[in-house]
Amino acid sequence: MSTEEELQSNVSVASSSPTSNCISRNTLGGLKEHNYLGLSDCSSVGSSTLSLLAEDDKATISLKATELTLGLPGSQSPARDTELNLLSPAKLDEKPFFPLLPSKDEICSSSQKNNASGNKRGFSDTMDQFAEAKSSVYTEKNWMFPEAAATQSVTKKDVPQNIPKGQSSTTNNSSSPPAAKAQIVGWPPVRSYRKNTLATTCKNSDEVDGRPGSGALFVKVSMDGAPYLRKVDLRSYANYGELSSALEKMFTTFTLGQCGSNGAAGKDMLSETKLKDLLNGKDYVLTYEDKDGDWMLVGDVPWEMFIDVCKKLKIMKGCDAIGLAAAPRAMEKSKMRA
Amino acid sequence: MGLRLPSKVLEHILSFIDSNEDRNSVSLVCKSWFETERKTRKRVFVGNCYAVSPAAVAKRFPEMRSLTLKGKPHFADYNLVPDGWGGYAWPWIEAMAAKCPSLEEIRLKRMVVTDECLEKIAASFKDFEVLVLTSCEGFSTDGIAAIAATCRNLRVLELRECIVEDLGGDWLSYFPETSTSLVSLDFSCLDSEVKISDLERLVSRSPNLKSLKLNPAVTLDGLVSLLRRAPQLTELGTGSFAFQLKPEAFSKLSEAFSNCKQLQSLSGLWDVLPEYLPALYSVCPGLTSLNLSYATVRMPDLVELLRRCSKLQKLWVMDLIEDKGLEAVASYCKELRELRVFPSAPDLDEANIPLTEQGLVVVSKGCRKLESVLYFCVQFTNAALLTIARKRPNLKCFRLCVIEPFAPDYKTNEPLDKGFKAIAEGCKDLRRLSVSGLLSDKAFKYIGKHAKKVRMLSIAFAGDSDLMLHHLLSGCESLKKLEIRDCPFGDTALLEHAAKLETMRSLWMSSCFVSFGACKILSKKMPRLNVEVIDEHPPETRPESSPVERIYIYRTVAGPRMDTPEFVWTIHKNPEIGVSHLAIK
Repeated sequence: MSTEEELQSNVSVASSSPTSNCISRNTLGGLKEHNYLGLSDCSSVGSSTLSLLAEDDKATISLKATELTLGLPGSQSPARDTELNLLSPAKLDEKPFFPLLPSKDEICSSSQKNNASGNKRGFSDTMDQFAEAKSSVYTEKNWMFPEAAATQSVTKKDVPQNIPKGQSSTTNNSSSPPAAKAQIVGWPPVRSYRKNTLATTCKNSDEVDGRPGSGALFVKVSMDGAPYLRKVDLRSYANYGELSSALEKMFTTFTLGQCGSNGAAGKDMLSETKLKDLLNGKDYVLTYEDKDGDWMLVGDVPWEMFIDVCKKLKIMKGCDAIGLAAAPRAMEKSKMRA
Repeated sequence: MGLRLPSKVLEHILSFIDSNEDRNSVSLVCKSWFETERKTRKRVFVGNCYAVSPAAVAKRFPEMRSLTLKGKPHFADYNLVPDGWGGYAWPWIEAMAAKCPSLEEIRLKRMVVTDECLEKIAASFKDFEVLVLTSCEGFSTDGIAAIAATCRNLRVLELRECIVEDLGGDWLSYFPETSTSLVSLDFSCLDSEVKISDLERLVSRSPNLKSLKLNPAVTLDGLVSLLRRAPQLTELGTGSFAFQLKPEAFSKLSEAFSNCKQLQSLSGLWDVLPEYLPALYSVCPGLTSLNLSYATVRMPDLVELLRRCSKLQKLWVMDLIEDKGLEAVASYCKELRELRVFPSAPDLDEANIPLTEQGLVVVSKGCRKLESVLYFCVQFTNAALLTIARKRPNLKCFRLCVIEPFAPDYKTNEPLDKGFKAIAEGCKDLRRLSVSGLLSDKAFKYIGKHAKKVRMLSIAFAGDSDLMLHHLLSGCESLKKLEIRDCPFGDTALLEHAAKLETMRSLWMSSCFVSFGACKILSKKMPRLNVEVIDEHPPETRPESSPVERIYIYRTVAGPRMDTPEFVWTIHKNPEIGVSHLAIK
């Protein structure tokens, strides 16, 4: 019918693949929380999305970056236009570095050292990406309109809700089924809260939609000094590198993305994030609790074995991690298991 | 001439009138009745926070004890309203703090609430007792902590499907040890784990606690311990039902549930290991409300639960229930009044759940008291709709979402006009209607003509022409909220029935063919409507005749709003000006 065709050409279509439901609710939790801001929050598959924006607006970052100021720890009631200092004290101080030790040799030689040499750039890249994301969201205005949103999956409106779809299209590491049809924005009319929640629960029960799946493997991730926990699905990563960058972004996002629409009428929506300078050199290591209840450094056993034994993750301060099982013991354990 | 009722007498009479609709009528009788009424109104409801200014409300109702506000348009739930659109609670909180310090209850829906708002509430209202936030966003657990810590008489704290910045589970520990007033606590939308010992102590010292809704992070062991301390609960939202339990712990779980003899409402579950469901069997016979819409329970297990729920009045499930499960509902749940069936995999086209129109038909036949339906289904038939209408003329709310846009009756290939005609004609008490599937203008002729009591109407991917809107706006006597997306009508009907819009709360139109020019004319014609265009570019950069992507029109006595973001343009009353300068960033 011609009417339908006409209509369909007018129907807002975001041509991204359907969500694979691979995204954990709790990584999306980060997204949900920044809904009102529309920052490019992370999920486990977020990296390339951020890079889309990074290319867009490099010019504006440096200006924004220089405007960052310290936020007082514990400040709860900032003046309205300096906006939501939702940061609680702990987060202002921490900077996540996850120097996953890339090879056994390094571990053997430096059981006490927990340096983050390779990661510094990664972190600042992430920072920059966020600043860029924020500025591009506000200046580029390439958000919310389905036509525009089709390719730009990280958009002001789409960020919290459409991220699953968008990211599936921009990254290739999701195991979603191929997109059969284009997705219509806001259709079927299911609330994003529901979609996000279901994405987690469906992932956790393998057979819900009848598709074979290896099931999710959620482990809690805690960070020293941070009063909150996250959960990640280990099966959604293919290797340590992905886990590391996802965690980095998750905890960085949390610390950075603290703007939001305030209650004040007519106030500037573009209020700056108050950031403490996070490049204060604190080192962190990623550790995990294995099936025996021992805390080990992440990175020493093969990935497949790791996801098998890992029960919990913890981002510890480097100095606290001294004495944790280094490779020799880890390998011993894995040999015993093998 | 005529008797004058002394105001004391009138006040006494009015103390028996709670319904705001009635009170609104009372206030229109004469000035003295208006005065008496406004001074005695305790519960104030504002359906659109932009329809009136906070100051005006505070001034009119000085004895206000309870305020309920709604912010964003309903379609914001489905990503059709960009972030930053508005709906800020702050101006209201600020105004009430100044003028109505005795405020005790605040209920907000679809509004942006910041930590600052929550802190202000905590600081300003000494007798504050009830905070219910539904589908709100913009705050963190720090704001919740402020409420918990400061409101000494807090009875109700409910966060329903809010988007909360979760900074951890500490907020719970801010309830002072002296607080014993809690009646209802709902933190099911939060992610972080709370300290179970804090929660146990809080529950232990809250003898009036009747409703407790936990988040998924609460383990089954935690649940057992909480139920032991609060066997008087009438409403329970569990944590995840998938934490591994030792065998002896299962019997403790069963026992804990069986001791909750007053439990009427159950929700939560989330991830479910089906072997734990039998622990719930003992409470099923007493349940009147069961919300499994977030629970991954398969049909056979659902049937086992439902066949024990003979008193069930409200059931929310996912389509995992399948037609077969709904047959069980029809057989066993004879008291059912409300059924909602949500899609388990809304984004996947390949989902192959055996849930068809038959499921709803069988429930309509079996459950005589059924009056409210929300049903997601891939496709439907006229025959099914006819049966439903015939069997259940007492329907008050009928929301059918045929997931496939433009899907005709899959057996006859006709539009679903006849079916919805039957619904509109047959269900004379219908208050809320959502239509879907292939629909021609005719369907709306029937709806306009027969749906006399429908107050809220939602339409998507339907109709052929302007006639559709014409039928609706010239009929539907009780229409208050109309939301339409992706329908091919244009300017004519809208302008012709402009006056109707002032009798309604709001009209949302997106992806239709309403032009910018028409918006201007409408705005000029109707001084007490705000005509807001949502567009990333100023509407004037497009030709007058070009369609506007999203329009939100609502009646207001507060004039154009002052807090529009850069993508919302209020059409100025003077068409020469185009869009209001107030709206420009």
